Parts: sequence; structure tokens; C-alpha cells
Amino acid sequence: MKKVYGSATEALDGLLHDGMTIAAGGFGLCGIPELLIDALVESGVKDLTVASNNCGVDGFGLGKLLDTKQIKKMMSSYVGENAEFMRQYLSGELELEFNPQGTLAERMRAGGCGIPGFYTKTGVGTVIAEGKEHKDFDGETYILERGIFADLSIVKAWKADDTGNLVFRKTARNFNPPAAMCGKICVAEVEEIVERGSLDPDCIHLPGIYVHRLIEGEHEKRIEQRTVRKREEA
Amino acid sequence: MPWDRNQMAERAAQELEDGMYVNLGIGIPTLVANYVGDKDITLQSENGMLGMGPFPFEGEEDPDLINAGKQTITELARTSYFDSAQSFGMIRGGKIAAAILGAMEVSEKGDLANWMIPGKLVKGMGGAMDLVAGVGRVIVVMDHQNKHGQSKLLKECTLPLTGKGVVDLIITDLGVLEVDHKGLHIVECADGVSADDIRAATEARIV
Repeated sequence: MKKVYGSATEALDGLLHDGMTIAAGGFGLCGIPELLIDALVESGVKDLTVASNNCGVDGFGLGKLLDTKQIKKMMSSYVGENAEFMRQYLSGELELEFNPQGTLAERMRAGGCGIPGFYTKTGVGTVIAEGKEHKDFDGETYILERGIFADLSIVKAWKADDTGNLVFRKTARNFNPPAAMCGKICVAEVEEIVERGSLDPDCIHLPGIYVHRLIEGEHEKRIEQRTVRKREEA
Repeated sequence: MPWDRNQMAERAAQELEDGMYVNLGIGIPTLVANYVGDKDITLQSENGMLGMGPFPFEGEEDPDLINAGKQTITELARTSYFDSAQSFGMIRGGKIAAAILGAMEVSEKGDLANWMIPGKLVKGMGGAMDLVAGVGRVIVVMDHQNKHGQSKLLKECTLPLTGKGVVDLIITDLGVLEVDHKGLHIVECADGVSADDIRAATEARIV
């Protein structure tokens, strides 16, 4: 079956509907599916629920979908450094379900593994635990968190082969594998699609079984906090 | 003289032991890396990296290589990368020996608040709730008082909690306090600061 598509818009064709849930990879602006986000903006699909650690920054990444008011609800761990995200949340325009970062990652991983819920100590005694089932195991209290089952996953990898086997680069891996796993359909964008057989099978980070559609493209890869040291300090 | 940011970081580094895997938060905790000396410490960055190196030289920044504060960093010969689920698996699973974090408020019971001020500042908890629930030891580095001269070490936190009863040690500009089951216990005073000075500057119960 052919997985490689010509463009982000083509790759999303037939997959979008208003009110859908999308899981997106990336941490900050690192490893975000820039091209697929742009195609979502163009598509005009709305009332989205988006599970993503952050929501881009103002005017870039998922921040673009905030500007166009296409997002109804975010499931995230961090709002900082995105003025529009905070503004829409504080004014009540945007629903925000705060998730501790590790809980969000595990909810995605669990959903992708067919696990509808799991118990964790994270958040016990905080607002995160309110309304959730509490259960004691061996004298410790845990809360029940649900697996995330998304309609669509959008992720970014470094390299792929045409069967969808993915290789990520450095910390750009982050949420991409768990986000890819929890969607009914996963669309991946990569910097380079390489010839079948040229990726070392022992070094595949995400097997192609999780990836249904694939595009190759140029990425801006914007840096959020450029921090350097001076050479004389070395 | 109260300790400055670097002295607080230097004091926090003394808590780390050879061979530890450690997670450092944003702000003063990040400076702790400058004071580990010869100790073999592996730094974890919760966005998916063990063995975090220093900031890159100008022109060598890599957009695919950042820390949890989204700053550009470098890798070391020992570095490994992994996804966010595995990263928090090692945090939740108790594999990380210690986390050094900043705080807005700490209570005498070791409750920690550091992720939001309702109606004013919403940042999000990021990985802080997972860290305090999962790592072996939680060390907080913070100013003892806010800019209005009010104690940030309280009987009860007023802000939404990051974790309940999670803090083990507090390092402030005035000294070092351990969280005991009965209250806070002064371990060390900054140079020229007395235990009475610390008591006078603290709302929380000191035993």
C-alpha cells in the first residue's frame, strides 16, 4: 500500500472533520509537524481538540491554529511563552485541560497500546486529582488517568523509508512516538524519505505499522531560546 | 550576607553524589551544573535526553537539540535520547535520584507550589508534578522571602500545589532547611546569617 503522498494537504485528504481529536508531536517548537499544521490551517477544519505538550508560540506551530480559532480545546502541560494561548484560556474562549507532562505522554502511549486507563502518583493531592478515581496500592495513593485515543496523529521525524519506518533526531523525538501511536490514523512528515533497506532495522525508532501516510518537505525548525556560550569561556 | 544565586546553586550541588542521575529545573537549578566538580553526575532533560552537555558555541546551535527550558544545548559522549513516554517512565519509575527545582511557595509539610498564580500567571506544571511524585529526593532552591519581605516558607501553601508532602530539602538565600515530619529543621545558615534571622524570616514552623 502506498504511504507516500505529494503534499501535506494531499496527505490529510479525507481525514478531517470538525470536532475531531488530534494528537500532535513536538516539544516547544522542537520536532513539531510544521507542514501538517499549515495544511490544517488551510483546510479550515474547526472545533478541534488537540493533545500536545505545548501549543506552539504566537504565530508559529500550533499557535497558528489558535490565531484562526480552529481549536476548541487543548490538552497540554505548558502554556508559558504563548501570549495568545494564555489570553484565550483566561478569557474562556479556549478550553484547557492541564495534564502533567509525563501523564500526557503516558496517556498517549497507553491509548496506542490499547490501555484505556492507568494509575499514577503524579498529581495526587493537587487540582489534577479532582474528580478522578483514587486507589491505594501497597500503602500509596494513586489516581486513574485515561488513555488518549485520537482520531488523527500528526508527527514529525527526521528520516523515513516508504513503509513508514521512522528515525528521529536528538531531542526532536520527544512526544512524536507516543503521539503517533494513539491515533486511528497517523500522518508523518519527514525531512528525507530514503530508499527502502537503507535504514538499519535495529535503529528504527518507530516501526511503520504506526504510520499510515507520509510526506517529505523542507522544515523551518525555528529555535525558541537560542542560548550559547562564548568561546573564551571554554 | 545572604547567599546569591550562584552560592545557592553551589550549595545545592553539594547534595549530589557521585553516580547520580539528576534532573535540574529552570532558573537557579540550571546553575547547579556549574558546581558539580569532579563528581560523575548525569543530567536528565525530561524532553528526552540523558547526559546533557553545556550550551553550544555561537554558530553551533542545533534546533533539534534543546533542554526542557527550550534552550539550545549540546550532547556528551555518554548521551542517550528517548521519547517523552520513556523519559517520564524513568522519572515516575524512581530511576532519577534527585530533582532540583524552583518554587513559589513551600509549606512546613513539604507541599510545593510552583506552577500557577490563579488569575495572574498561568505557566502550566510541565514536568514538575511528575518529577516531584517520582524522583528519589526533591531539593528546592528559592528565595526565602518575596520582594515584599514576606516568607515563601509557609504553614500552608496559598497557591495551587505541584505536589503534597514532596519536598525533602530547601535551600534559600538564608540557609538550608530540611523538611521533618514535625516542621522545618535548620541544617545550615548562610555566612553571617543566624538561626534567629532565619526564624524571624520564616512563617513556617521551625523545629
